[in-house]
Amino acid sequence: MKILVGIKRVVDYNVRIRVKSDGSGVDTDGVKMSINPFDEIALEEALRIREAGNAEEVIVVSMGGNECQQQLRTGLAMGADRAIQVNTEGDLQPLTIARVFLKIIEKEQPGLVLLGKQAIDGDNSQTAQMLAALWDRPQATFASKLTLSGDTATVVREVDAGLETIEVDLPAVASVDLRLNEPRFVKLPDIMKAKRKPLEVISADELGVTVENDLEISHYTPPPARGKGIMVEDTAQLVAELKTRGLV
Amino acid sequence: MSETTTEREVMEYDVIIVGAGPAGLACAIRLKQLKPDLMVAVIEKSPEVGAHILSGAVIEPEPLDELLPGWRDKPPPVCLPVVDDEIAFLTAKSRHKLPTPPQQRNHGNFIVSLGALCAWLAPQAEALGVDIFPGYAAAGIHYLPDGAVGGVIIGDMGVDRDGKPKDTYMQGIEIHAPLTVLAEGCRGHLSKELIERFKLDADSDPQAYGIGIKELWQVAPGKCKPGLVNHSIGWPLDTKTYGGSFIYHMDKDRVAVGFVCALDYSDPEFSPFEAFQQFKHHPSVKPLFEGGEILSGGARTIIEGGAQSLPKTEMPGALLIGDAAGLLNLPKIKGTHQAIRSGMLAASHVAEKGNGDGFDTVLRDSPIMKELHKVRNIRPGFNKGLWRGLITAGIETITAGKLPRTLHNHADYSSLTKLKDMKPIDRHWVKRDLAPRDRLASVYFSATDHDEDQVVHLQILEPDVCITRCGEEYGHPCTLFCPANVYEMVEDTDSTAGKRLQINAANCVHCKTCDIKDPYQIINWVTPEGGSGPNYQNL
Repeated sequence: MKILVGIKRVVDYNVRIRVKSDGSGVDTDGVKMSINPFDEIALEEALRIREAGNAEEVIVVSMGGNECQQQLRTGLAMGADRAIQVNTEGDLQPLTIARVFLKIIEKEQPGLVLLGKQAIDGDNSQTAQMLAALWDRPQATFASKLTLSGDTATVVREVDAGLETIEVDLPAVASVDLRLNEPRFVKLPDIMKAKRKPLEVISADELGVTVENDLEISHYTPPPARGKGIMVEDTAQLVAELKTRGLV
Repeated sequence: MSETTTEREVMEYDVIIVGAGPAGLACAIRLKQLKPDLMVAVIEKSPEVGAHILSGAVIEPEPLDELLPGWRDKPPPVCLPVVDDEIAFLTAKSRHKLPTPPQQRNHGNFIVSLGALCAWLAPQAEALGVDIFPGYAAAGIHYLPDGAVGGVIIGDMGVDRDGKPKDTYMQGIEIHAPLTVLAEGCRGHLSKELIERFKLDADSDPQAYGIGIKELWQVAPGKCKPGLVNHSIGWPLDTKTYGGSFIYHMDKDRVAVGFVCALDYSDPEFSPFEAFQQFKHHPSVKPLFEGGEILSGGARTIIEGGAQSLPKTEMPGALLIGDAAGLLNLPKIKGTHQAIRSGMLAASHVAEKGNGDGFDTVLRDSPIMKELHKVRNIRPGFNKGLWRGLITAGIETITAGKLPRTLHNHADYSSLTKLKDMKPIDRHWVKRDLAPRDRLASVYFSATDHDEDQVVHLQILEPDVCITRCGEEYGHPCTLFCPANVYEMVEDTDSTAGKRLQINAANCVHCKTCDIKDPYQIINWVTPEGGSGPNYQNL
């Protein structure tokens, strides 16, 4: 079985996000970029499945300009067998990404597609669901435990009410949650090995997908800055202050 | 590091360089230019190249011209020619313009972000075939049976607070090479170990250091004058303390502001961080930042000892270059050109000889050392205070260092006055309202990240001294000199002293001040897990 893993290049989780002063987007000038943390968890899970003997090949896929090859190489250094970069320009939205994935699926015929539950930049949490619908295969979202047996996968999902266990037939799409695993560190010699692993570049055109966005983003604004606080002497003053502000 | 039970995996290179700063990258680039077949690796503890680099920075471009002819056509992302220089003396309320000393005339120089410059150099090194490994810390030296340096040991990853392996444990490998080049920058922990082990400083003065704290601001439109370089001396420092400020006006309404303070200050209750924040509130400075926004910030120590304090830069199997050796030219407040030149010099020496033997002599006969020799008396001249220092600086500048005398440096840790001998100092400090509010807020702008479940990388060799002796004699200066609030005395009802030292290691911005300034020399800075530490942006 092949496992396909989606990798998105995002602004690193440690970076303080700044909205550009003209509101046209987020400032990425000189900013550290990384693999979306949930995608890293998806890749870790795929590698563990392969190491347990339940898959033969792990393929990492990313979409974007050549800069995303950096994240694909990191994926290869973690242990993926090969990488595919779908070369695109400009912003990509979940539906387009799902359409591209579908084409890669038709080509590679994976038994399992593992994606992060969401990317930490757009926070959409849509790609896995859209892909399952387009592909017409089961979906298991927000996985915090994943067990394979034969042609089925048992998935524990983190839902509002607690944990839900479902069983899906393979091939399927799973999106992974934070507690599924803790990704490994990359071994230094594996960085060298990763340089020799295959990285295929295909354009969206070649796959027959038109990159078009159905949603138009008008502008970005940072959240309002927090106002100055005041120190209160006692609860009576606290209640009084809250009352004058109409908060109680 | 040596008492590992299992055999570590080994990678072999011809040259291993520790630190992807200007010296290390220049060395790697020049090595591959001269000897394309050499296997050269650079290892770097920061998560990506440039993320632990913090500097002013105004640089002299000549060494870059030599290293990468044509670089001016594809300059680094932050790179502006200096258009004007100003230097001023500040009192708490006023500003007096001073004539610009010749060392600080910056015509022809460039304002850069040294972090961005290194991030720009790295792919050029990689294009020549250099293997750069950011995110991996050289935690120890691999010694050969005959005692020579044989490479480095990469730190283990995934070790918990108590030193036990976690699920993600990964043993660090060894990198073996006939030549190890230490380019760790100021007070590198491996360089420190090697200087001690090989007694490289036996014939030199104690090293002298400063701490530099820097922020990058986006100022309100219309306030920034791209290419303007501003320096000041005087307030908020007293006349006994050496240091000053810089403000560099960049593009896109961005301004770099920083404050440098020599670490031989004597007041144990002095806080360099507070001095910097006070400087920003000087009536002649504050308007620039009002209505602006801080983008990033951090701190790093600076090596100031110059010629007298330069240790021997070679030992069996290894060389020291750049600020790991201590080549910064303090009166110019510049070290990048010296770092790049020393990297290139080491590379051409190694390419010619096949090893590092004789590098120390070559370095001492080079223009790098001539430059340091000329200004050698300026920094120690300030040991007697600002006014005498300025007079010495004037004499030494006019005579170009030709007077047959060499003033000496003293050890920074020995300069604190005991609390009982201190007279209260009124520093005329004001109430502040510009960001950041305090050191914790400042750490936030350095985007520092350490996995908290790892071994504390600030080793206190004699914890009892902290609580009792240091408390009585100096009042815990570590809680004040650290710009990142790593050291905190907290209440502890379980201990007889009623307090204990809490080390907030996750705040550490890797500046190394504690390792230098602690009066008992019982703090040892070692590298945390690779990839930990600040994530500086354009500093």
